This record gives sequence, structure tokens and C-alpha cells, in this order.
Amino acid sequence: MVKGIIGKKIGMTQVFDEDGKSTPVTVIQAGPCWVTQVKTPASDGYAAIQLGFDEVAANETDDTTKQYKIERKLTKPERGHLGLLDPSEKHPDRMRKALNNPVPALRILREFRVDTVEGVEEGQKITVEVFTAGERVDVSGTSKGKGFAGTIKRHGFHRGPKTHGQSDRERAPGSISSTSTPGRVKKGTRMAGRMGGQRVTSQNLEIVVVDTDNNLLAVKGSVPGSKGGLVVINPTVKQ
Amino acid sequence: MDDLLKALEAKDNPNIPDLRPGDTVKVHARIVEGERERIQIFPGTVLRIKHGGNNASFTVRRTAAHGVGVERTFLLRSPRIERVEVVRHSHVRRAKLYFLRDRKGRRAVLKEKR
Repeated sequence: MVKGIIGKKIGMTQVFDEDGKSTPVTVIQAGPCWVTQVKTPASDGYAAIQLGFDEVAANETDDTTKQYKIERKLTKPERGHLGLLDPSEKHPDRMRKALNNPVPALRILREFRVDTVEGVEEGQKITVEVFTAGERVDVSGTSKGKGFAGTIKRHGFHRGPKTHGQSDRERAPGSISSTSTPGRVKKGTRMAGRMGGQRVTSQNLEIVVVDTDNNLLAVKGSVPGSKGGLVVINPTVKQ
Repeated sequence: MDDLLKALEAKDNPNIPDLRPGDTVKVHARIVEGERERIQIFPGTVLRIKHGGNNASFTVRRTAAHGVGVERTFLLRSPRIERVEVVRHSHVRRAKLYFLRDRKGRRAVLKEKR
């Protein structure tokens, strides 16, 4: 049983329940995803499934244009992995991996660890239906980049005094160490530097809405990253 | 992408007519007190309307006892609003009537729209 999906953050809004209580939610366009690879303890030493998301040129009707766009967007190894290459003289046994379950040209591939791969086969389609409202999930994404940020923004340091004869001390980090003993700055001392743009996971978020018609999930609260950013949804590790 | 957000929007409340800033209204709001539920009527002037899907809201201002101004903001799509009665429309020249906060008595009454 696959319990995980790849999605795109759409934005935040609020939804009402029957009592009129409003809940802040983040809307995620999740899936549809396809199983692109099944990893078993026998083949890879551990159990996992690989899901693909975001079809290339999904709305393109013209086959020639579509093929051109796919070749432009995906590398040959990627197309080969998805089973989109025809057999050639050099690779006569290179066939579509699952001819009866073809996978579209998918731009994004992500792996999900599972307890057992039983009942999962390549080409299987995964939609938001694997989740139900009320379940708890962890949502991972890439946080918004803040650039080179000072210690106040980055580590929550306090500001210096604005008055009493101070100059240029308002956002200064203060002392970073002692003098000749130990005569060095301790490793890991919190200083200014690049902030954000890292993988962040929001844990234990409640699923409020599952919209199967539009492939939407609404989870309570905020989710890392900017609108349009890629997010990965897993069952929560808390519980 | 915004179209997808609209998919989760609540439907327009049929008991809320088109509101304009300056309208004198009576808002029938559902209030839950412990187990009991009752309807409270909040009369006043619509000070502002904020659009934006499920986040849309409007603010009603009224003058309570001893000339104390009371403002209450309602979520336009909340099921807690039973209905809204529009008592009269006023002639106003701006969308946000914040200037009413500085006025008292007869000066705070807007002219009726004919």
C-alpha cells in the first residue's frame, strides 16, 4: 500500500466546517503520481517505491510536438528509465517497462520508503485518494531563501540598544568568544550567513480536505516553500 | 493556480444580498453559547468590504450606549451568518468609510441614496 504523494504548493486560504469554524489551510495540488520503480529487499536491499509527478506537455495534443517537448525536457537516461525509448539494434530488449501500464513522461521522481511493496506494481496510478480527511501527514519542501541573513533573523538574537551612546550596535551579533583563553572561536558558533532554501519538514499536519476531482489536498497550517514549490507528503512520523 | 484555490471556496450565502459600503444593515449572526445556539442581531453601518474568496469579510460599525463605537468584522462566507438585512443605502464617495470613526452624533450619519 502506497501512502505518500508528490505535490505542488498552491497557496493558503481558510475553510469552514458545518459549525462555521474556520481553519487555516495550505492547498496542495497532489498527484496524480505514477509508480515508476519498485525496490524490493531482494533487488535493492530495502523496500521502497519511486513515484513520478508532473507530466511533461500534459496538455499538448499534437503527437509530434509532444514528442519534441518530451525530448527537450527529459534526458535520454530519464526517458529510458520511464520506458519511453523504443528498442534499438544495440538494446534489443529495451522495451517499455510495463507495456500494459504505460507511464507518461514525468519530470519529477521521488522515492518513498514503505514497509512492504506487496500489491504495488510499476505503472500504477496514485491519487489523493490514498489519504482521507482527518489523517496526519508530514509535508517536506524547500524553504524560501532569505539570502545572507544576520544573526537576528537567522538565530533569533536580540537587538542591541538604539540609544545610550551606542553606534552601529543595533543588529550586531555581540561577542563571539573570549580573548586569549581559549584564543579561538568555538566551532558551531551562530553567526550570519545563508538562510533558507533548505529542505524543511512540517510535521503532524492534519488533512482537512481531500478533493479528488481537482487532485487537491488541504492541510491545516503552513507548509515550507513558496507557492508553486514542490512538496512531498508522507504519513507522519509522530504518533 | 488561483483557479485551484477557488475549488475549495464556500458557496455564496444566498441570504446575504450585495453589500455596499455605507449600507445600514442588520446582521443576523449565529452565536453558540455552550450547548445552546441563538441568533444575535448586530445593526450598524457597513464600514468596509474586503474581497478575497473564503477570506472575504465586511465590517459593521454601530454606536452603542454612551456614544461608544463598536465595530464587528464578519467573514462573508461563514456559515455563522444567518442572513443580512439591508435597511438602507447611503450616498458615499469612497470604498472604506474610516472617516466615520472620527465623527459623532449627527455628523456620523450618511445621506440616503435616492
